[in-house]
Amino acid sequence: MADVTASDGALRRFLHGLPGVDPVGLEARAAALGTRSIKTTAKAYAIDLAISMIDLTTLEGADTPGKVRALCAKALNPDPTDRGTPRTAAICVYPDMVATAAGALAGSDVKVASVATAFPAGRAALPVKLADTRDAVAAGADEIDMVIDRGAFLAGRYLSVFEEIKAVKEACRREDGSAARLKVIFETGELSTYDNIRRASWLGMLAGADFIKTSTGKVAVNATPANTLLMLEAVRDFRATTGVQVGVKPAGGIRTTKDAMKFLVLVNETVGEEWLTNEWFRFGASSLLNDLLMQRQKLSTGRYSGPDYVTVD
Amino acid sequence: MAFEYAPAPESRAVVDIAPSYGLFIDGEFREASDGKVFKTVSPSTEEVLSEVAQASAEDVDAAVKAARKAFEKWSALPGSERAKYLFRIARIIQERSRELAVLETLDNGKPIKETRDADLPLVAAHFFYYAGWADKLGHAGFGPDPKPLGVAGQVIPWNFPLLMLAWKIAPALAAGNTVVLKPAETTPLSALFFADICRQAGLPKGVVNILTGDGTTGAALVGHDGIDKVAFTGSTAVGKQIARTLAGTDKRLTLELGGKGANIVFDDAPIDQAVEGIVNGIFFNQGQVCCAGSRLLVQESIQDELLDALKRRMSTLRVGDPLDKNTDVGAINSAEQLARITALADSGEAEGAERWAPACELPGAGYWFAPTLFTNVTQAHRIAREEIFGPVLSVLSFRTPAEAVAKANNSQYGLSAGIWTEKGSRMLAVADKLRAGVVWANTFNKFDPTSPFGGFKESGFGREGGRHGLEAYLDV
Repeated sequence: MADVTASDGALRRFLHGLPGVDPVGLEARAAALGTRSIKTTAKAYAIDLAISMIDLTTLEGADTPGKVRALCAKALNPDPTDRGTPRTAAICVYPDMVATAAGALAGSDVKVASVATAFPAGRAALPVKLADTRDAVAAGADEIDMVIDRGAFLAGRYLSVFEEIKAVKEACRREDGSAARLKVIFETGELSTYDNIRRASWLGMLAGADFIKTSTGKVAVNATPANTLLMLEAVRDFRATTGVQVGVKPAGGIRTTKDAMKFLVLVNETVGEEWLTNEWFRFGASSLLNDLLMQRQKLSTGRYSGPDYVTVD
Repeated sequence: MAFEYAPAPESRAVVDIAPSYGLFIDGEFREASDGKVFKTVSPSTEEVLSEVAQASAEDVDAAVKAARKAFEKWSALPGSERAKYLFRIARIIQERSRELAVLETLDNGKPIKETRDADLPLVAAHFFYYAGWADKLGHAGFGPDPKPLGVAGQVIPWNFPLLMLAWKIAPALAAGNTVVLKPAETTPLSALFFADICRQAGLPKGVVNILTGDGTTGAALVGHDGIDKVAFTGSTAVGKQIARTLAGTDKRLTLELGGKGANIVFDDAPIDQAVEGIVNGIFFNQGQVCCAGSRLLVQESIQDELLDALKRRMSTLRVGDPLDKNTDVGAINSAEQLARITALADSGEAEGAERWAPACELPGAGYWFAPTLFTNVTQAHRIAREEIFGPVLSVLSFRTPAEAVAKANNSQYGLSAGIWTEKGSRMLAVADKLRAGVVWANTFNKFDPTSPFGGFKESGFGREGGRHGLEAYLDV
């Protein structure tokens, strides 16, 4: 598909030629899948799967090394009362905290993800964004969560967004030839239409995204069942067209087990089993984990314990 | 390990089905005059749910007389008073909606997801809507003080038992008529529960009468001299019979009959939503919907892509226990209907169309038919012309918008149609040319009490729903 990115005009025509999205129909489908009733064994399976898919996140100006280390301990051992609880997929932090997290997680399979490229606004010059990325990778990040330039996207400068993602992807390379996996955040809440979200998804995937991600968690509307469903359709269609599998990460606003179940149903019934692993699906979340743990305890003990029985970090 | 949904059955305990039910005449339940009864079974298990009375001609006479007697006072009530009863009925339906949803699923075989999320909310909405009209009839566009017709004889089908009852009874009562209603032979229970709701709401005796029975009861009702109006929803064959019976009498008649809806997908359609619309159009209620989108007309240039997506989507449909909250496709309503679907599907194969169905395990007991689609269908095939009334989709293709319109209109029916395109000008231009009572654009099978519904050609005449729905029950 190299020719569709050969020029700004070609890329625009390609993106605008993607099938449109009927918002009413999309939201109705997402809502209908939200009525699936996930009980007993299915619930137990889904809770463990959801825990294993979490990018446990702290992205605050007030973050301290101590807080990051506490979060890492939580990722490694989410429920001290039950060592059989799965670990989370990753810890997600700002670049300056990557070294701390990498140290705390050394030797484990929990990944270190770092936001980069002037997260969350993305308002910086390209060299700054690339330096931000290289810095995180050098400090030990396994995964980079970049933000796209929404201003350029909304202005229709698609090729510029494409080139920027490609450059960041390049910056994810390590000296030994390996590379950090790249998650591309669209900030769907700022793209405002579903047509734009579909176009951004294809744009990101064409530029080499390993994951496409809804949001930063820093704006009013973040992950929703509808925008995640749409992105799942995009990765499904992209693989059918190119053979390349891309992951999806809804982030922001997913707080309860019930919410997480709904997203897993979307994955299950849209792209199926091949995406039902933390290699291809993640939740960007912080408070979700404790709710999952409380529900997990309830399933195993039959009693709902309450927030004092999970750790607050 | 795959993400398998554990069974999530809705509890049957919320509904208490009596071993037998009588006829609801003049506010009381009574046995049939000749004591005849018949059984109603659950189509998903063939379990006998209850025994109901088979109304005789004598019972029909008694019910019509009760309705006639009640008409005098009911029609003389101020509209605002009639509205109070209708609002009360609507609220009781909402309060008892879970019970009624489970009951309807048991008696009809449709998934609980549909009775809970579609049938019952629409039933309540219909009563609320027409309750609002009861004191505003003078503003409905039929003159300053339109009068009711009298006693309405109403015969309804088994595909949406309670919803069709609501479509019939709510506007009739709002306009000041009294009714004698016969539910379908295979789905009598929700109408009998509705009779109980009428008592609960304190509705005056005789305003609503419910007669259970088979086709002979229906024939006795529509042929009775004491009624002023017949409203029928069902097959075109029976509709024609009723029209012949009523010819030469002064009874009013509205008919809502069969359909062979065309769902037209243009190459600029929102594909993912179109696939959902196609699935909803033909597999909602196992395709046992008169306005089902049973003919898919797809533009040739996207046919392969669309069919791939459709087959993928059909493979995720969950067929099975209708009481399971995760079931998408339930049981066929009766052995008779299953035989009809099977015969028509077989004719499709025999005539050269290509049959496809996803791999799905059907339960052993009960009446089941897998979601099925036929490709290589031509206009000449029976499955492109006759109403199958089951989960069977016939796929035809077209090259130009003109051809799509010609094929869509080339049917004895004219009830529904769907258009899928992201281009507004095409949507409007095509909708204008379709001879169908309802045309959905970028959606399908959407219902609302404010929107009139009815057919062209052999799909019947008269409108139900909306302001237009009042006309059928007013002397205008």
